[in-house]
Amino acid sequence: MFRVALSLIAGLIFGLGLVIGGMANPVKVQNFLDVTGTFDPSLAFVMGGAVAVTFIGYRFIFRERSPLFEEQFHLPTAKELDTSLLTGPALFGIGWGLSGFCPGPAITSLPLMAKGTLIFVPAMLAGVGLARFVTQKRAPSRLETTGGTA
Amino acid sequence: MIGLSAVLLMLFNGRIAGISGILARMFPPYAGADAANALAFVVGLMAAPLCYWAVTGDPVPQIVSSDAVLMAIAGLLVGFGTVYGSGCTSGHGVCGIARLSRRSLVATAVFMVMGFVTVFVMRHLIGG
Repeated sequence: MFRVALSLIAGLIFGLGLVIGGMANPVKVQNFLDVTGTFDPSLAFVMGGAVAVTFIGYRFIFRERSPLFEEQFHLPTAKELDTSLLTGPALFGIGWGLSGFCPGPAITSLPLMAKGTLIFVPAMLAGVGLARFVTQKRAPSRLETTGGTA
Repeated sequence: MIGLSAVLLMLFNGRIAGISGILARMFPPYAGADAANALAFVVGLMAAPLCYWAVTGDPVPQIVSSDAVLMAIAGLLVGFGTVYGSGCTSGHGVCGIARLSRRSLVATAVFMVMGFVTVFVMRHLIGG
């Protein structure tokens, strides 16, 4: 129960970061992606800041042998580069450009009830379920390395 | 704050703060309390714009395309692509790069480039 509450708080902080950083505004994201037009570099700083904080925080955490409330870290174990690592992100990038949404901001935007969001999120969940089904069928043992962690 | 959240999730639960993975864990097959934690994180995300609204008194500024076909196709691509490719902006782009994962560097480069290309085609070739 305690851990569920912590997950909720982590989600809230994450969502506030998206909202305040402007990631939850699809047009702003598309402006960021429009390098030859209305390029808006501010999101690069949002992303860069998130990477920097995570990078430093992880250095400290990984000195410990386990997380506080679990027996072990759940880290992706795959190291090899395979085709799903090209096709997946390629499809995602197209959808990201078309809509200006990646998964976090889309979910965060649900309570704002924009028509586009209300269409996007169910379609996204259908895509998640489909990919989960396909990857499980192909190699059930990859649960931890594909859908499970990243 | 995104970074702080990612750090907290690893410190407490030993998990990558990857939204696509969190969404995937809400689908079967389930493992332990994963689904409950994933659902709690998602509820936290959705509480964020409401908290922002309550504190600042302003709704979150947002312009979303209302083109139903476009958004449905984009949603499918994003949902399928992120789970099939093992991660999205947060899992690969933030946590993966912070771990200096070679897979995440490749994945992030691919989705960034495809994002640039898609917006370029949409706005400058097709016109918009």
